Amino acid sequence: MFIIKCPYCGERDHSEFNYGGEAHIVRPKQPTELSDDEWAEYLFMRKNIKGLQYERWNHSHGCRQWFNVARDTSNDKIHSVYKMGENPPK
Amino acid sequence: MKKTYSIFSLIKNSFSYHENWQRAWRDPEPKKKYDAVIVGGGGHGLATAYYLAKEHNLKNIAVVEKGWIGGGNTGRNTTIIRSNYLWDASAGMYDHALKLWEGLSQELNYNVMFSQRGVMNLAHNLHDVRELKRRTHANRLNGIDCEWLSTEQVKKFCPIINCSPNIRYPVLGSTLQRRAGTARHDAVAWGYARGADSMGVDIIQNCEVKGIKRTGDTIDGIETTKGFIQTSKIGVAAAGHSSVLANMAGIRLPLESKPLQALVSEPIKPIIDTVVMSNAVHAYVSQSDKGELVIGAGTDAYISYTQKGTHEVIEGTLKAILELYPIFSRLRMLRQWGGVVDICPDASPIISKTSIKGLYFNCGWGTGGFKATPGSGNLFAHTIAKDEPHKLNAAFNINRFVSGDLVDEHGAAAVAH
Repeated sequence: MFIIKCPYCGERDHSEFNYGGEAHIVRPKQPTELSDDEWAEYLFMRKNIKGLQYERWNHSHGCRQWFNVARDTSNDKIHSVYKMGENPPK
Repeated sequence: MKKTYSIFSLIKNSFSYHENWQRAWRDPEPKKKYDAVIVGGGGHGLATAYYLAKEHNLKNIAVVEKGWIGGGNTGRNTTIIRSNYLWDASAGMYDHALKLWEGLSQELNYNVMFSQRGVMNLAHNLHDVRELKRRTHANRLNGIDCEWLSTEQVKKFCPIINCSPNIRYPVLGSTLQRRAGTARHDAVAWGYARGADSMGVDIIQNCEVKGIKRTGDTIDGIETTKGFIQTSKIGVAAAGHSSVLANMAGIRLPLESKPLQALVSEPIKPIIDTVVMSNAVHAYVSQSDKGELVIGAGTDAYISYTQKGTHEVIEGTLKAILELYPIFSRLRMLRQWGGVVDICPDASPIISKTSIKGLYFNCGWGTGGFKATPGSGNLFAHTIAKDEPHKLNAAFNINRFVSGDLVDEHGAAAVAH
């Protein structure tokens, strides 16, 4: 249970949001040239980090915007929120 | 060798007021070197060590556990055991486990309280009916017992279910696997621990793995909080923390670890003598021997290692429970807890070799690993000892995510596994 600060609407309960998985997984530019291993890597393999994770959230019951969150998965504490397209904070 | 538990040992020990029972397992310090080390002292890890020692004659084995044995998901699940899976690969593997459950108390000389009280899977819409009838037929073709019950038969088999046609998701029928049921979760961990220990397996608790050391693609050993342990074979059965171990070894797994919750009510007199699951409305209930209703809630959508879920998930489950069982409306919930479950994209487990020689993973059991405990350990032990999978777990290799040959049980079993 936690509160997420939507970059557009401010602080809201997490139940207003939908989780979008690990962030910064880039879709391959030339899908036709990928090997099976590379496809598996892109489609299925995940870091599944215990610790600081960069992830996507969607304010689905609010402004419906996507954005990124840096959250510690070992205690659910949110360190920062940043917009899509921005680099993760150091 | 351990003394056998029997009516005679019970009588003998009663003369000394039960103060002189032998320890069920030792508490050894780790040796410098083992032939194989199992990471994770839950049911799966302990069963693996047990079968490695018993069936593959490997005696110099350690199980390392960061907390206490059976303190993770083994002690946190809702203890449901069944094998009514759709696909041949799953049916073969889960029924292998169920057959082992049927003789487990005798095998271990430890009462795991396996109770074949039957498991029902309710259908609430036309799609459910088709899907579950298909599953019934598939099960029977695979030699797994499964029956289809009409609404009237559901009412007769479990009278407290609300079978009124006027509820939001009316009960249109159900499958019933009579050989399915429940077992005592702690006893499974303790029974396997006692059995493995008596064959010389070292069970080392409060020993967290901090690193996996390797040279090239071969294993050298593990770095732990109790020092370095040399070994050439590591079997990881770390459930929700599998990815943490994989990251130490530098390999990637297709897992996401999420919180899964369960809860129990205050104890009441016997009222439900079977296990009732409903995937469509997500409610499942059984009653423990203490009289508590054991209720499984769902997973949260996001990755978390906190062993805490959200209140909304519990609220959703209880709403569904109340519609299906109006009789429970004034029952108070006693305890609620969470565990971290590792979920594969196809909701089927991985029991597999990896790209590193001597490193094996048993993971991805998601929300339903308990039922497989004996089978999982048995097949994982075979995979570790022979360095190749048993035919029953060949389909559950890690390469299926590359080949695309998935065992897609998500559609077959919906949310509950």
